[in-house]
Amino acid sequence: MSVDMQMNILIVDDYKTMLRIIRNLLKQLGFNNVDEATDGSMALQKLRDKEYHLVISDWNMEPMTGIQLLREVRADAKLKTLPFIMITAESKTENVIAAKEAGVNNYIVKPFNAATLKTKLASVIGNF
Amino acid sequence: MAGAVPAELVAKLSALKTRMPSYTKDEIQEVVTEMLSSMEGDLSEMNLKLYAEVESLARYIVTAKGEIAALRPDEIMSDHIPNATDELDAIVGSTEEATNGILQAMESLESLTGEMEPAMAEKVTEAVTLVYESCNFQDITGQRITKVVKALKHIESKVDALVAAFGEDIAKYKSQHPQAEKAAENPMSDKALLNGPQLPDSAGKQDDIDALLASFD
Repeated sequence: MSVDMQMNILIVDDYKTMLRIIRNLLKQLGFNNVDEATDGSMALQKLRDKEYHLVISDWNMEPMTGIQLLREVRADAKLKTLPFIMITAESKTENVIAAKEAGVNNYIVKPFNAATLKTKLASVIGNF
Repeated sequence: MAGAVPAELVAKLSALKTRMPSYTKDEIQEVVTEMLSSMEGDLSEMNLKLYAEVESLARYIVTAKGEIAALRPDEIMSDHIPNATDELDAIVGSTEEATNGILQAMESLESLTGEMEPAMAEKVTEAVTLVYESCNFQDITGQRITKVVKALKHIESKVDALVAAFGEDIAKYKSQHPQAEKAAENPMSDKALLNGPQLPDSAGKQDDIDALLASFD
């Protein structure tokens, strides 16, 4: 099954520079339909307003964190199967376990490189 | 050592001697006096030791209060911690600004790759990608600094309690050491001139500096 390169991707991070970096790397990979949110609650609102095919979210944000966003997504009947990648500096084993238990599809530790992003994306949405 | 014996005691000793003739009055008097003397000695020594301990403790508390007041925890509250958090916020702000500048330049460069030979475009894209990856540092340092700021806030709350507890001692210390206050107020002392980078709001602009220099001509 081929990957739809026109898919809508929502990236969530409270650091604008990080949003810009992820957006640019996604653009290099061929994904141009990318929207941004700066915390979990803003992201949740966007997810309910528009159809997205993938979420790439930071963990450490206020007022709603990435793990809270993930739980909200998995609890929402319409969003519960949405692919969700956590991209965060939180690298403790407990964090990864908590994210996995909450239903994360993959986990990228910051600082990351373009190759890791591509590999993790492929593992979630398929090779492109 | 036996002192003068009260008449009442002498009478009692005489009565005792009639019942126990084998002891002399002097022997009984000596035993009783020594016993009393010994008891008084024990009690006084204990009291003195206790008093000395209490006095030592009081001196220790007074010294400790003075030393804490001399540390000027009120300055930590009013100057040092707020300054430190402002400086850290400024670091986050300046690295963010610099990172955005770098990203802007890279985006401009990347937009030109369409006009380049494929091999050259590929090399430029690789280099630009490396810069994007390296710019991760801004997010990481920002998060680390946020942790430090939280730790400082915690220390601030503890120092606040200290200031509340030693307020009178600090005021007393300040009134007794006016020189320390004056030295801090002198903006032209060598120490006061070592300020390091200024925060964005208080930093002198190059134009202002040039105007100031020109005013000396």
